[in-house]
Amino acid sequence: MSEKNKIPEVDIVIDQEAGVIREVKPDKLRSKKGHERRVNTSIYVTLVLMSIIWLAPFVFLVFQSFRSYLTESGGMVNYLLPKQWSLDNYTWLLTDPSSDFLRWYGNTLIIALFCSVLQTFMVLSVSYALSRLRFKGRKLIMNVVLVLGMFPGFLTMIILYFLLRQLGLTQDGAVPGLILIYVASSGMGYYISKGFFDTIPKSLDESARIDGATRSQVFRLIIMPLAKPIVIYTILMAFMAPWGDYVFASYVAFGSKPNYNVAVGLYQWVNVNDYQGYFTRFCAGGVLVAVPVTVLFLALQKYYVEGVTGGAVKG
Amino acid sequence: MADLEYFKLSKPQKMLRGIGSFFARIPQGIVNGLKKLAQLVVSLFKGLGANIADLFTTFKNGDWKTRLSYLVMGFGSCARGQWGRGILFFLFQTVFNVYMFMPNAEFSGCYYLGKLSTLGTVETYKQGRKTVYGDNSFFILLYGVLTIFFIIAFIYTWRVNIKQNKINEQLLKSGHKLKTAKDDLDSLRDEQFHKTMLALPTLGVTVFTILPIFFMILVAFTNFDATHQPPGKLFTWVGWDNFNQLLAMDSASYGDTFRHVLLWTLIWAFFATFLNYFLGMLVAIMINKKGIKLKKMWRTILVMTIAIPQFVSLLYVSKMFAADGLVNTYLMKWGWISSPLPFWTDPVWARVTIIVINVWIGIPYLMLIATGILMNIPADLYESARIDGANAFQMYRKITLPYMLFVTGPYLLTSFTGNINNFNVIFLLSGGKPLSLDLAGGAGHTDLLITWLYKMTVNDTNYKLAAVIGILVFVVTAVINLIVYNMIPSVKNEEDFQ
Repeated sequence: MSEKNKIPEVDIVIDQEAGVIREVKPDKLRSKKGHERRVNTSIYVTLVLMSIIWLAPFVFLVFQSFRSYLTESGGMVNYLLPKQWSLDNYTWLLTDPSSDFLRWYGNTLIIALFCSVLQTFMVLSVSYALSRLRFKGRKLIMNVVLVLGMFPGFLTMIILYFLLRQLGLTQDGAVPGLILIYVASSGMGYYISKGFFDTIPKSLDESARIDGATRSQVFRLIIMPLAKPIVIYTILMAFMAPWGDYVFASYVAFGSKPNYNVAVGLYQWVNVNDYQGYFTRFCAGGVLVAVPVTVLFLALQKYYVEGVTGGAVKG
Repeated sequence: MADLEYFKLSKPQKMLRGIGSFFARIPQGIVNGLKKLAQLVVSLFKGLGANIADLFTTFKNGDWKTRLSYLVMGFGSCARGQWGRGILFFLFQTVFNVYMFMPNAEFSGCYYLGKLSTLGTVETYKQGRKTVYGDNSFFILLYGVLTIFFIIAFIYTWRVNIKQNKINEQLLKSGHKLKTAKDDLDSLRDEQFHKTMLALPTLGVTVFTILPIFFMILVAFTNFDATHQPPGKLFTWVGWDNFNQLLAMDSASYGDTFRHVLLWTLIWAFFATFLNYFLGMLVAIMINKKGIKLKKMWRTILVMTIAIPQFVSLLYVSKMFAADGLVNTYLMKWGWISSPLPFWTDPVWARVTIIVINVWIGIPYLMLIATGILMNIPADLYESARIDGANAFQMYRKITLPYMLFVTGPYLLTSFTGNINNFNVIFLLSGGKPLSLDLAGGAGHTDLLITWLYKMTVNDTNYKLAAVIGILVFVVTAVINLIVYNMIPSVKNEEDFQ
């Protein structure tokens, strides 16, 4: 009830901006404060409820991953908390000879690492060229990319598969094949980083050019050091995408189990195999995939937020 | 109607007028788009004409070095001392000639080009135990397309080669020196820096996007499907047959299914875009409200759904709502329901469930975007509104919403088209199910065009219809984009931001 004491016991309020004196009844002020508090309380209630809804599936996932495979069931059961907590599923994933999980994990990690380097290189060169260099055909390139982007990505799946097969990059070569597919067209996703480059003042380039720097020097020595946030954003996105790709990964690695990525492997556990036996293993695998990616993402959250907000505003 | 009259109208009237003018402008938008297209075609032909004319005059006025370059690419460059450029031109021509007229006819460009009109005539057959392979339609189409690309590239390079001769001649005449190979290399780091930066990405996009799309557009006009699979069988051109099949108005063929799936795709895109947009904005406003503590924590909790790979979160949530999933079993345990709710088995339930779960996915993303924008709204706007006695809802409607809509207009458009192609959510949650006997081509009630396309490709190997669906998705997206862009009065001027 200390709030009450703060309310001034006056009935005249001077509105400086409008230059008028208004009469305000003290009880009206008080009710306004009360209203404010009620609003805040209901917001807190909503936010707490939302937090529960948003976190629940992940908490459940973790719970179920710790359910004992040996003494309980590995499938879906009608209770949430394991009767016996154990690391059965994790041990199976990581040590059992019939589990390909470590292999899949390695595949995905390799793809993600290569993509984060190569894709960043592609995206940054395209966005830099389109944002800060002026040349004939620039608008044309942007329009062509816009039109190409309107075709659904999976349309070309068979032909890409065929191209990769000609190069020997399917099944056993699925990992380099996928890297090639992801990287080759990644230049088309230049929008967000171009938006970022657009915001760096042009006068910087111009003064460097007057001092005799070439355009490539401007890029390397002037702009790149300023572009740290967008570089990190691009790396982050390129690193995270391969973890979730199912479609191309399953198509390119078709039938060759050791060359799956985690998404394909785990998806098939849940949907193709008898998932009743693999459900808790899926949960454990999901936890192992989600934890490092999530930690990385949350650590770099700031850059992600800058990227999406900048990108959305610029359209 | 004059502005004054407009202000005299009452609110509902204004709204009606707004909606009316929105639809009234649609034809205008279409017309504008068509006009632009026509202008493009005209300018294309004009450019072509000018180029051909220039070819003749260059030949007429040029010296013998230039004239010989019409036949032997790079000759003029070499003869004038630009060895680097000249040799590159010559090499390109040699490679092209070898490819086109290879002695081993099976692999030459001409061979594939010649077969392109029929896509092969010699069937594969069995002679005793041995299989004798005939023509492979797939190869013919693919290498035919490649050859066409190569020819276009050749013509372009040939043209550049001649233009260079002309420029060099003029330079020499006026007493300038020609660029050396070193100058050329240096310029790649300076004036021509864009070429250095764009070379690799352009190559990648050409081989892995443009060429495949071109190929698939052609496939839409063939009968390439499970019964016409090379190398065993041939496929051939069928014209517009596939389009007719998919767009037919009778219910016997794919027409009904296509309309059904298209309708759901649009409904889905609408809800997925706008529901998420307004709810996400609401959440952002709540978190950013003055006096709410732990802002960062709330945001981080929500952002978890972005961080965790979708195949983990969506697959898990999908299983949560299954008939034997946690939600149903707990509801039954508590005695609220006696039999499992048909989350994934009833068409309407499945659709609503998907839209609701998508809100769970989408709110965090929009919350982040809206937060960034909300912070940019000048605070004094709210201050003066408060002094004038506006309540929270009025401020939202008069300040926040218009500002947000203005700034995020283009984003809404991209998000709408993105949702038309939102494969992951549908595929991981329901896989397009529930299936129905009324629908052809293995489509289910929650299939979007894009997931249907995927099923066509992977399950049915019905490539021709998959290609048609892909093209139609493109058409839908392009039409929506064209109309909306032409209706936004001032198309964003890129340079304004800089």
